Amino acid sequence: MPPEQQTPTPQPDAAPHRSESKPRWTEHLHGLGPVIGLVLLCIAGTLLNSDFATVDNAMNVLTRTAFIGIIAVGMCFVIISGGIDLSVGSMAALIAGSVIMFINWAGPASGSPLMAVVMGAVLAVVLGALFGLAHGLLITKGRIEPFIVTLGTLGIFRAYLTYFADGGALTLDNDLSDLYAPVYYASLAGIPVPVWVFVVVAIIGGVILNRTAYGRYVQAIGSNEQVARYAAVDVDRVKILTYVLLGVCVGIATLLYVPRLGSASPTTGLLWELEAIAAVIVGGTALKGGAGSITGTVVGAILLSVISNILNLTSIISVYLNAAVQGFVIIIVAFLQRGRR
Amino acid sequence: MTSFTRRIALTAVAAAAFASLPALAAEQVNLGVSIPAATHSFMGGINYWANQAKKDLEKEHKDLKITIKTAANAPEQANQLQDLSTVTKINALVVFPFESAALTKPVAQVKAKGAYVTVVDRGLTDTSAQDAYVAGDNTAFGRIPAEYIAKQLGGKGNVVALRGIATTLDNERMDAFNAVLKNHPDIKLLDAKYANWNRDDAFKVTQDYLTRFKQIDAIWAADDDMAVGVLKAIEQAKRDDIKIIFGGAGAKGMVKTVMDGKDKRIGADVSYSPKFIYDAIKLTAEARLKGEKLPATTIIPSVLITKENAKDFYHPNSPF
Repeated sequence: MPPEQQTPTPQPDAAPHRSESKPRWTEHLHGLGPVIGLVLLCIAGTLLNSDFATVDNAMNVLTRTAFIGIIAVGMCFVIISGGIDLSVGSMAALIAGSVIMFINWAGPASGSPLMAVVMGAVLAVVLGALFGLAHGLLITKGRIEPFIVTLGTLGIFRAYLTYFADGGALTLDNDLSDLYAPVYYASLAGIPVPVWVFVVVAIIGGVILNRTAYGRYVQAIGSNEQVARYAAVDVDRVKILTYVLLGVCVGIATLLYVPRLGSASPTTGLLWELEAIAAVIVGGTALKGGAGSITGTVVGAILLSVISNILNLTSIISVYLNAAVQGFVIIIVAFLQRGRR
Repeated sequence: MTSFTRRIALTAVAAAAFASLPALAAEQVNLGVSIPAATHSFMGGINYWANQAKKDLEKEHKDLKITIKTAANAPEQANQLQDLSTVTKINALVVFPFESAALTKPVAQVKAKGAYVTVVDRGLTDTSAQDAYVAGDNTAFGRIPAEYIAKQLGGKGNVVALRGIATTLDNERMDAFNAVLKNHPDIKLLDAKYANWNRDDAFKVTQDYLTRFKQIDAIWAADDDMAVGVLKAIEQAKRDDIKIIFGGAGAKGMVKTVMDGKDKRIGADVSYSPKFIYDAIKLTAEARLKGEKLPATTIIPSVLITKENAKDFYHPNSPF
């Protein structure tokens, strides 16, 4: 788990909602909403179906969560700084498609399939960083609202994937796919690789947010951009970096995703942006920015996957109502952990 | 703006002048095609076959002009229908509606302007808004897999099903599937959950089925795209109790698997080819060029694809 979130942040003069003198226990309570929600859900799941509490099922759920979870860690930074990114699902799809095309080309061309796969994985992260950089520059230097920029790229990225795939699917060649498969399907010490990566990304995210000057700048900008500017924080650079970080997270999530089905189609990553944003918000980060928590985000992401997992393991609720159950749980958890307004 | 209105006025005058000319011996057909954009493989196939039809038919008939418009959602499709009618001035339309109810009025307006309308796949709620209806066979799409599974399992076993998106078309397929299983009391349908015609969702739903049910004899994936996710989930869980996986729609990869007998769990598929858009465009264009009408309803049958006839359904160039 990432380091304990919510350490009081020494801020430029106008501190946000918290100050040094706040007792620590309230800080702890604040992040407990999603945890309580998750525990209650797990109890409910076990009562409804004893298979829920098996190691295999837990690993399935965590592995599934890894994609959204990794993206949500990056999204957490963007949202805390007062921004938003609606394009991550489409970005993941386009990166997946590009990586598949690259590996299919590089495998035979370079004569070393392993090299091609490794280069493809690197390409995923590089592309993510570049897309993030483009967002950051348009938002800061171009002074366009992040909502609009990323709404635009949401369409652009997906349309290009559809174009590359001719409206069908881009699929990894078989032998390359076998070579790449362990990245998703293999386990280390009984825990699947994507879960390890998810844990590492979350820890790094937690350290950056809570233990570095950069993390404090992100929070300062989110709580009051003007004051941060007066305090000589390089606001543009910090903001651009949040989008680059998110892009890198999308790249990492995608390089784990590609080996799962070995294909990308126009439906890949559909609505991931909303799931990632929901994970962040359910985890106790304010949509208006300023304060947030990586631990909460991780719990939020797991919580969302667990809901659909439980629904799949039972048939007491009509399938038509699945989305409603998810909606109720999200609202209840948000209610449990509402901060002081 | 003024120049724009002037252009419209001019066009209107020109059109009026053109309309008052005596009808030409060979009828000029200006055919509009309105289809959903390629948001998943099947629609990719629809787009491919529509463009294929344009290529083939325009080469064949010089009196024919085909305009294809793709829309991302129902409102956009309604706007495009208006444009086809007022700007492109079509006199024939082949439309694959996004939704039955929402598109009924816009299509009726095109027809009211004198265009001949063929509706494909999803029927309108008011059939007076169309001249002809061409559709795939959703009942057979659900019936054939159920019959195949029942026969292969010898009338006894556990089945799980995946569903697409909650639509009338999906309900039709599921009802047809259930109707067959009614006659086989020893075949138990354990559950049927939505996986949105999406590989990823199919992977998750299947993982959870495998966690929940210890003995599954057959999975009706109900779509070749979803079958991809189903196969991966089974492979990951290392389960060997599943004897039959039945997709649907005849995607090229799946047809090839059936053709080559590569996987003994996939012995058959059911056709529901996006090629019916090609047939619909061809039938409409050729009938209108002769000034004839189409029968009120044409059903493009869904048939069982097995090793013997798979090569007739294999289109390696189609994206689907």
